[in-house]
Amino acid sequence: MTGLITTSTDGQTSVPAPVLEIADLRVSFPSEAGTVEAVRGLSYAVSAGEVLGIVGESGSGKSVSALAIMGLLPDRARVEGSIRFGGRELAGLGDKALTDIRGSGIAMVFQDPLSALTPVYTVGSQIAEAIRAHHTDTSRAAAADRAVDLLKLVGIPNPAVRAKSFPHEFSGGMRQRVMIAMAIANDPDVILADEPTTALDVTIQAQILEVFHTAQEATGAAIVMITHDLGVVAGFADRVMVMYAGRAVETGTVEDAFYRSRMPYTLGLLGALPRPDLETREPLTPVEGNPPSLVGLPPGCPFAPRCPLKIDVCETVEPPLAPTAVPGHQTACHRSGFLEDGDLKAGDVFPVPAALPPALAGVPREQRPVVLEVTDLVRTYPLTTGSIFRRTIGEVRAVDGISFDVREGETLGLVGESGCGKTTTINEIMSLATPSAGTIKVLGQETGSLDRKQRRKIRRQLGLVFQDPNASLDPRLPIGDILGEGMKAYGVPVAERRSRVSELLTLVGLGPEHVNRYPAEFSGGQRQRIGIARALSLEPRLVVLDEPVSALDVSIRAGVVNLLEDLRARLGLSYVFVAHDLSVVRHIADRVAVMYLGRIVELGTVADVFDAPAHPYTQALLSAVPVPDPRQERARKRILLEGDLPSPSEVPTGCRFRSRCPLYATLLEDHQARCRDDDPVLTPQGPDHTAACHWPEARTVF
Amino acid sequence: MVKFMARRFLNYLILVIVATSLGYLLAAVSLNPRSNFEGRNPAPPKSSVDAKLDALNLNDETPVLTRFKTWAGGVVHGDFGKSIDNQPVSSEMWRRMGVSLRLLLVGSVLGGFFGIALGTISAIKQYSAVDYGATLGSFVLLAIPVFLLAVLLKVAALNINKWAGTPIFYYTGEFTPGLQGSWWDHTWDRFQHFILPTLSLVLGQIAFYGLYQRNAMLDVLGSDFIRTAQAKGLRRRTAIIRHGLRLALIPMATFFAYEFGLLLTGATFTEKIFGWHGMGEWFIDSVTKNDVNAVATVTMFAAVLVLVAGMMADLAVAILDPRVRSS
Repeated sequence: MTGLITTSTDGQTSVPAPVLEIADLRVSFPSEAGTVEAVRGLSYAVSAGEVLGIVGESGSGKSVSALAIMGLLPDRARVEGSIRFGGRELAGLGDKALTDIRGSGIAMVFQDPLSALTPVYTVGSQIAEAIRAHHTDTSRAAAADRAVDLLKLVGIPNPAVRAKSFPHEFSGGMRQRVMIAMAIANDPDVILADEPTTALDVTIQAQILEVFHTAQEATGAAIVMITHDLGVVAGFADRVMVMYAGRAVETGTVEDAFYRSRMPYTLGLLGALPRPDLETREPLTPVEGNPPSLVGLPPGCPFAPRCPLKIDVCETVEPPLAPTAVPGHQTACHRSGFLEDGDLKAGDVFPVPAALPPALAGVPREQRPVVLEVTDLVRTYPLTTGSIFRRTIGEVRAVDGISFDVREGETLGLVGESGCGKTTTINEIMSLATPSAGTIKVLGQETGSLDRKQRRKIRRQLGLVFQDPNASLDPRLPIGDILGEGMKAYGVPVAERRSRVSELLTLVGLGPEHVNRYPAEFSGGQRQRIGIARALSLEPRLVVLDEPVSALDVSIRAGVVNLLEDLRARLGLSYVFVAHDLSVVRHIADRVAVMYLGRIVELGTVADVFDAPAHPYTQALLSAVPVPDPRQERARKRILLEGDLPSPSEVPTGCRFRSRCPLYATLLEDHQARCRDDDPVLTPQGPDHTAACHWPEARTVF
Repeated sequence: MVKFMARRFLNYLILVIVATSLGYLLAAVSLNPRSNFEGRNPAPPKSSVDAKLDALNLNDETPVLTRFKTWAGGVVHGDFGKSIDNQPVSSEMWRRMGVSLRLLLVGSVLGGFFGIALGTISAIKQYSAVDYGATLGSFVLLAIPVFLLAVLLKVAALNINKWAGTPIFYYTGEFTPGLQGSWWDHTWDRFQHFILPTLSLVLGQIAFYGLYQRNAMLDVLGSDFIRTAQAKGLRRRTAIIRHGLRLALIPMATFFAYEFGLLLTGATFTEKIFGWHGMGEWFIDSVTKNDVNAVATVTMFAAVLVLVAGMMADLAVAILDPRVRSS
């Protein structure tokens, strides 16, 4: 496809013609409740070599608009408006005509690399298929060779061999590389990337964003990066478009949107975002309410019900996307002039909730009682073989000797890549069973020594909040029963149970009148509040939170994080907070433990670990976290880790991080020998800060 | 891979041995061959009945495990004992096996092929007239028992023959006895006999596979990888056939194999109604004749069919799905 009229290298002097131009795109789906208007008049243009970030929460229409461009929506979807690609109108083209453009003119990278590749064909053949779909004269052998080249370009080690592997033999990050290789196979002019890093660990996300840079250099394509992560946009995009309820509500350069936002929703998103780089103890500014249903939307601005700045006109007239004082910066808001005049920030617009001082704020850590004490905890799983006669051929040490303690009123954050042993650790704590080795003491009682009765008594002191509020609440039980179940099991009388349920609902910001409703009647954020209320029903002293906010949208997340902080202060709770979102951990935790391959590699106060990480893994992990601040994000130099987390069954000798350690590579031979031979133990780096590295060196990564 | 198949074979072999043993023991304790001889008029002396039963290894006064040991010892050497008419079971078995396999193989292969084709088309054209027609037809066919279907086919054939004025379909036996003519005449004659019983099996099979394949295909159609295939520039149809069909076939391979093994039951009616002297018919006849050795042999035949079918299914799944191969 050569639809480009000009591709100027210096965008300042002559504006390059857009390769992709969307005008008044509308997508609707019929549903039982009525017509769902998923996209309601979206317009944008991208030029070659440009990166447009589209930001929005789930249901904002960002993915649907991308699929509409590709013509890949289901048949029942109604698509209107204009989609011009290289001067050609795509809207209304049939499958055959679009087939020529898909993959060759416009390529797409999908969110979930686990399901986006066909499991029964080798990755090499799937890439070769993409080439041969558009170049029928290319021989099979030539296409296969080109597939290997592409795999090399996207950073797959040993590409000639790996091309013959099947998708299930790749990790998530590697699969996403394959997807990118496939997308650039035919040198497209536009790459649509739909949440390409959402399913990946932060270290892998950093790698994949690098691969996108490489891909853009190789193809000169325009990239449309669809994401909910403002941090990714800050560093990666040139321009940004914020979507809400099927429309663009703000668009402009990244700096315009981040520093001079003129739309309350954008401000709300930015204010709701915890910062990984700053020590802030103030609560986040949540955006109250939920995104509107897209069926039968009332007139007026769809954000008005959640907007603290709304005036009468907001409820009657939906504002169009209109220019602001800065050229190229557009907002759809009646109040943008007001925001402009005062140069208001999130904190000025949204009410900042008052924070309670923590219950034990004045008491030094050493004087507080220990709630949870884990000492040299080991959890092994047998590796078995054989189908009729199972036999054990070895063991995997999912958790391999970790120690930490949690004191009353504090939050310990447990972080690390997936597979590092976080979940195993909390499962061991929650099961109250005897661990493979080591000890767990809950409220001073060793779990291995408990009999049934004692275990039951201790169990009610522990609460658990799950990641996915949709899956963890029984859809057939009304909320009252869900919250009362634990109390029922402990024989709490009915009347007491009832009053406690009302109390719990009020505590988490819902009303006692919700008691007879079912989980399906609540939004994701409200469901997670119910999950939290359930964990608190028996008045526990320690609450284990397993990724409690990662399934929630940004604007909702802030409210739940604030709630958790508030509850901790009010009830004197202690938290073990497992998360892969390091920004949230920085915000909520007092101390943090960084895990790698079943070990804690660094442990200390949040300020010490985030501002002066000593272990190279912590440094790399934090360095991969995007900061929602464009200037700072662009100035940062990332420490990229090589490859993926090794399998826990193939732990390297000596220091287990050695195989990916950026520091190890720079060490002298005799220093390296120590890393190879000696397994490092946690050594003090400060008053409450330890790291397991032979050559620790604190450095700042933000 | 070889190791995997060898292990599977061992599993199935154990299954065959258990099934056959249970089959023999059940037949030996529930059937009463003595009544065949005692019932005669005049009643033969007990000693002569015992002698006859002993010769056939059917004497209920011998402990059942001893009888089983004798029979099983013979089976290992390819001797399945004597039938109640004092004929070797094995020669009867080989003859009838050929008859049954001709029916079952052709029935399964045609039924499977057309069923999968029908299911795939139904799924791709979901909620179209084709889909509704195929689904409705399949349910009607599944609701009709084989014996009724066979009789209906017979009636239809009778009318067609009457209308044509010359026999087009035959519905008794495998061939016309005493037919004179060339090789071609014999083949044509066999074919005319073959159509109706095969059809009675195939129709049910098509309905069965069609419904399963439709479901399996619908599961796959919404997959992300079909969308990926389209996004890289494949036509929707190509993407579905190349990327979807193969995945939808994986569960079908298992269904296909086990249905083949179990089709023997359905074929019993077909054989009986169309006068084909196959294994199914033999099984019914042997039960009525208290023929323990023959019943046990048919049980073993069914078990071996499951073994062969299971091996084929495992092989097919391994070929279709690389994820199975590596583990």
